[in-house]
Amino acid sequence: MPATVAQPPPAVALNGRYQGEIQAEDRFLRFGPFRFACGEELPEVVLAYQTYGELNADRSNAILICHALSGNQHAAGRMPDRPTSRPWWDDCIGPGKAFDTNRFFVICSNVLGSCSGSSGPAEINPATGRHWALDFPIVTIADMVEAQVRLIDHLEIEKLLSVAGGSMGGMQVLQWASHHPDRLVSAMPIATTARHSPMQIAFDAVGREAITRDPYWHGGDYYDRADKPDAGLAVARMVGHITYLSEQSMHEKQFGDRLNRDTDSGRTGRDFLKPEFQVESYLLYNGQKFPERFDANAYLYVTKAMDDFDLTQATGRLADAFRQAVDVKFLVLSFTSDWLYPSHQSRDLVRALNALGITVTYVDIDSVWGHDAFLLEPDRMTRILTNYLNGLAAGQA
Amino acid sequence: MHNVQARPDLTAIAELVTEGSRVLDLGCGTGDLLAYLIEAKSVRGTGIELHEEAVMDCVGKGLTVVQGNLNDGLEDYPDQSVDYVILSQTLHYLNRPVRVLQEMMRVGRQVVVSLPNWGHWRARLDLVLKGRMPEAPILPEPWHGARRWQAITIADFLEFCLIERIQVVDSVFLAGPRAVKNPATAKWRATTGVFVLQAPHTR
Repeated sequence: MPATVAQPPPAVALNGRYQGEIQAEDRFLRFGPFRFACGEELPEVVLAYQTYGELNADRSNAILICHALSGNQHAAGRMPDRPTSRPWWDDCIGPGKAFDTNRFFVICSNVLGSCSGSSGPAEINPATGRHWALDFPIVTIADMVEAQVRLIDHLEIEKLLSVAGGSMGGMQVLQWASHHPDRLVSAMPIATTARHSPMQIAFDAVGREAITRDPYWHGGDYYDRADKPDAGLAVARMVGHITYLSEQSMHEKQFGDRLNRDTDSGRTGRDFLKPEFQVESYLLYNGQKFPERFDANAYLYVTKAMDDFDLTQATGRLADAFRQAVDVKFLVLSFTSDWLYPSHQSRDLVRALNALGITVTYVDIDSVWGHDAFLLEPDRMTRILTNYLNGLAAGQA
Repeated sequence: MHNVQARPDLTAIAELVTEGSRVLDLGCGTGDLLAYLIEAKSVRGTGIELHEEAVMDCVGKGLTVVQGNLNDGLEDYPDQSVDYVILSQTLHYLNRPVRVLQEMMRVGRQVVVSLPNWGHWRARLDLVLKGRMPEAPILPEPWHGARRWQAITIADFLEFCLIERIQVVDSVFLAGPRAVKNPATAKWRATTGVFVLQAPHTR
């Protein structure tokens, strides 16, 4: 990382209980046929997943972690065969951490439609021997969850102790609670919504437009070409990163600072091509890095899945989505400076659950880090998740 | 913040609450009352609390608490959905106390309110003899403290219930930790009043 790029606050080890990184490895589950919500059926799909910790004898300590838009199955630990892969929730998963792998069996799978080993547009269609590209069925949050249900079946887990996730991960959590309430004790939707708002859809639409307008996108058939729509994907990621920050966090990161103090002499229009402010550098860097680990078509598929998500669709009332979930315990978390998934969306969810008499704990965590807070507030998250899981485990005993 | 020792009304409230009932505690703070009711009376209890730190403490005690503002009402809670809605030492902080009380009686079959009595003889003397605005007889806070409060006396509250046709089903008066047995003297002897209320339309 260039020195000019502002860093998020470092991950903090928990009270000295941090016992070193766990080792992570990919596993793959193939199953089929799989029918998508759009009606299309594939004879076989693949889920890439990882697990941390041990499943206990009565198979009651399993927690499913659901990742967000750009995440994948590598939630925690280090991967010896992919040393550059950064675990996206390592602050919260591991020995002595909130999702304590000494106590819990933690599972995380790559969502359908994504690009880290699970079936999606970047994988090979066995029928043609070529990349699926846009021939891959449209994926919904419901499809992602149905595939996870098959994984949990495969692992012979009847009931998950919890399903947890932030942002798009939180949508999967809500889908689980709504459609498979008998398979979970608790649900932890974090910084999320039961229905994508027009504003959220708008940002995704700009991201998709940046990709599909990239001349190298070629209608999605770029896999066999030397040039990929990396520029479009980078711009999509830059838009995304803006929405994950907040005005305050941009100040905290000193994003308004100039990279070069000596800016007065001899500047021309050519200088527009160089980043001049910290914020430009941050966005460019994150944009440029993104295509190394994410596929442009997958970005289209996964953002569309988020935009399509609407648990109020059936009746227009959010509470109706959770009528079967009366025995599920909810922990709902939001962050005060998150303007992409604002707290009122979480409060709407809490209201719907209250209306049904469902056990729900809700905390609106005071944070400056915007939507990214769910990854950047490890101390607060650790405290509340640990306490909540302790209460839950006590209730189960 | 508070513990059972400092809050004799907690035990008084616990005595008024039926074993195993469903309880909603408004302004539950760090959850002392809820934890006590769960322990002593096996209630199924949840709370609402404004402050994040206090909610975090509640979660640490294994309690179910929603962070929220009571002044926004209880609109999402169904009618008569819990046995008791409790407002313990919180009424005097509310911006819209009448609305909150109405909402409590809509949501709860019974309502329990405990309040510090500014009609206590020492408070009366403070004002008359020293010309000083009396602080609450328990858990005193100065007028310029962090929270705004409205002084209420037991007499004020009972008159309010009469005008609003709110039925006072039961009441307990405390002077410090001790019960004030004679209700006639409670208005000046009690530091705390605990009332079980019922809406006019019920029963």
